[in-house]
Amino acid sequence: MTNFLFELKEGLLISLRAIRANKVRAILTTLGIVIGITSVVLMSTAIKGIDNAFQTGVSSLGSDNLYIDKWEWFNNDIPFWELRNRKNLRLDDYEKYKEMAKLPLAVAPTVWSNQTVKYKDRNVESILIQGTNHEYINTTNLTFNEGRFFNELESNGGRQVCVLGFDVAKNLFPRGNALNQDVRIRGQKFKVIGVLSEQGSWVMGNFNPDKQIFMPITNIFKYFQSEFFRSVTINVKAKNSLMVEETKEEAIGIMRKIRGLKYNETNDFSINQQEGLLNTINSTVGVIQIAGLFITGLSLFVGAVGIMNIMFVSVKERTKEIGIRKAIGAKRRTILGQFLTESAIICLLGGLVGLLLAIILSMIVNQFLPTSVQAETVVLAIIISLITGVISGLAPAYSAAKLDPVEALRYE
Amino acid sequence: MNIINIEHIAKIYQVGSEEVHALADVSLRIDKGEYVAIMGPSGSGKSTLMNVLGCLDTPTRGIYNFKSVNVSQMNDNELATIRNKEIGFVFQTFNLLPRSDALHNVELPLIYAGVSSSERKEKAKIALEQVGLSDRMHHKPNELSGGQRQRVAIARALVTNPSIILADEPTGNLDTKTGEDIMALFNEISHHGNTIILVTHEEYIAEHAARIIRLRDGLIENDEIVEKRYIPKKNGASKV
Repeated sequence: MTNFLFELKEGLLISLRAIRANKVRAILTTLGIVIGITSVVLMSTAIKGIDNAFQTGVSSLGSDNLYIDKWEWFNNDIPFWELRNRKNLRLDDYEKYKEMAKLPLAVAPTVWSNQTVKYKDRNVESILIQGTNHEYINTTNLTFNEGRFFNELESNGGRQVCVLGFDVAKNLFPRGNALNQDVRIRGQKFKVIGVLSEQGSWVMGNFNPDKQIFMPITNIFKYFQSEFFRSVTINVKAKNSLMVEETKEEAIGIMRKIRGLKYNETNDFSINQQEGLLNTINSTVGVIQIAGLFITGLSLFVGAVGIMNIMFVSVKERTKEIGIRKAIGAKRRTILGQFLTESAIICLLGGLVGLLLAIILSMIVNQFLPTSVQAETVVLAIIISLITGVISGLAPAYSAAKLDPVEALRYE
Repeated sequence: MNIINIEHIAKIYQVGSEEVHALADVSLRIDKGEYVAIMGPSGSGKSTLMNVLGCLDTPTRGIYNFKSVNVSQMNDNELATIRNKEIGFVFQTFNLLPRSDALHNVELPLIYAGVSSSERKEKAKIALEQVGLSDRMHHKPNELSGGQRQRVAIARALVTNPSIILADEPTGNLDTKTGEDIMALFNEISHHGNTIILVTHEEYIAEHAARIIRLRDGLIENDEIVEKRYIPKKNGASKV
């Protein structure tokens, strides 16, 4: 052990001396590793950011939620026409379900409509209007910048009030002060009683609450579309994550009863879960991860090939030196160690510079994706650069170690 | 006590389809404290013999006992240990590490012997003083003259206190005057009881040795004890 440490120390000193003697070359060689490590670190940071964005995006929907719907969200096992031929869910169904269900914490109906919203000369085209009731807020984790969600009275009475998503409010009221203003949808006035804070669920596209407007469900049926036009979705929030399965079982039972299904008939409704969404997200993130790391891994590989190349040149160039060292008593292992240490140090230095660069660049990325370089990424980058150094140094170092001293000494 | 005992050594190289007998059949004994010169024209096999004696190479046939240990079948690493501990090399082209100063060059064999840094420096300094270079320790080879470089190489050969010192044309790259100085240093080292094997093709260099072995075509042509014409003095050498 002490012998090993001794050799390591001497190997380090020898390598540092050799690197110092060839500064420009070492810097140029290292560049490949610098770029490789920078891109790997940046990529993994970006992926972390995307993943975080997905997770927060989903969390605004609320966890432990079930969605009773005509449509199966994430499953393609059931043929489309079968889904299409299912009966729509209606507000009545929601009422009945709410009556019978004992387990849920909160239940709310939702139905959506695509409309253009105007305020004075500003308008936002084709956004999702979510019609729901006062219970909806209890099934989600939405937070408010100002104002509030509509209450039971407003909901049941079909008052012309609405809650704006963050982006919608920003577009219609760039200077703020949205509260108590009237926005116009299809010629109808709706008073703004609340503005959501930014949910950051951009990964969900149009279903991002930031790009939606919420209003009592009866308004949708009254002004925008018939009650029979689109199926209602029942949002169900379970008491806690352990109760999700039980709540689901209960929902299936109740829905079968409401739909009057016989024991041998299959469900003509679907109970959707976030899990499905999470699975989709995870597989998407997984693909991005693999593709991203593969591409950046390639750049690291190119860097490693550069190191290997230069180490071969270095061995060739120092053939005489190797001969001298061997004549004087250096063993194969010692020569091997010397060149391995050298390439490991070059890569480590490159890795550290790359890491520094990546940390600086990630501050720029941070403007778009809320993320930062994680401690484990730092450790990983250092380990990767060390391993790269050792691997790319292996072949050249071995060729140096097995040089014949007589031949090597004769080399000019 | 004989340090080197080789019996019927042969070294055969395969060049294309042809076999080249660099050493045909050589038997030789060298005792402790001897000062031997190996002579011969180029192609006589003297370099090959030196490589075998110096454990840089192994013979194709025959037995090489170094201090009663058979080294003819040893592997690379075992030979490296023998070279490190038992043999000090002095080469025609000095073979110093160009980027390292004199002190570090002399330290080198001790590094491979696993000697601690402080002890190493101490020994290296003593060796450099021995060859008269105590004021040049931190000079790099390119800041030293040819003679000084060869002195550093000699210090490096001496520093491990080896059983034999192998010098391959040590004056080949030096002018006559400097060459004489270096030979005087060898005489002095020999006088201290070191075993020296000198490979040369110059008659006047070989004359420093007490025994001259002449090689021709891979065979020993002549092996004789010669009358010593040089007696080392404290500061260098002078003719009697």
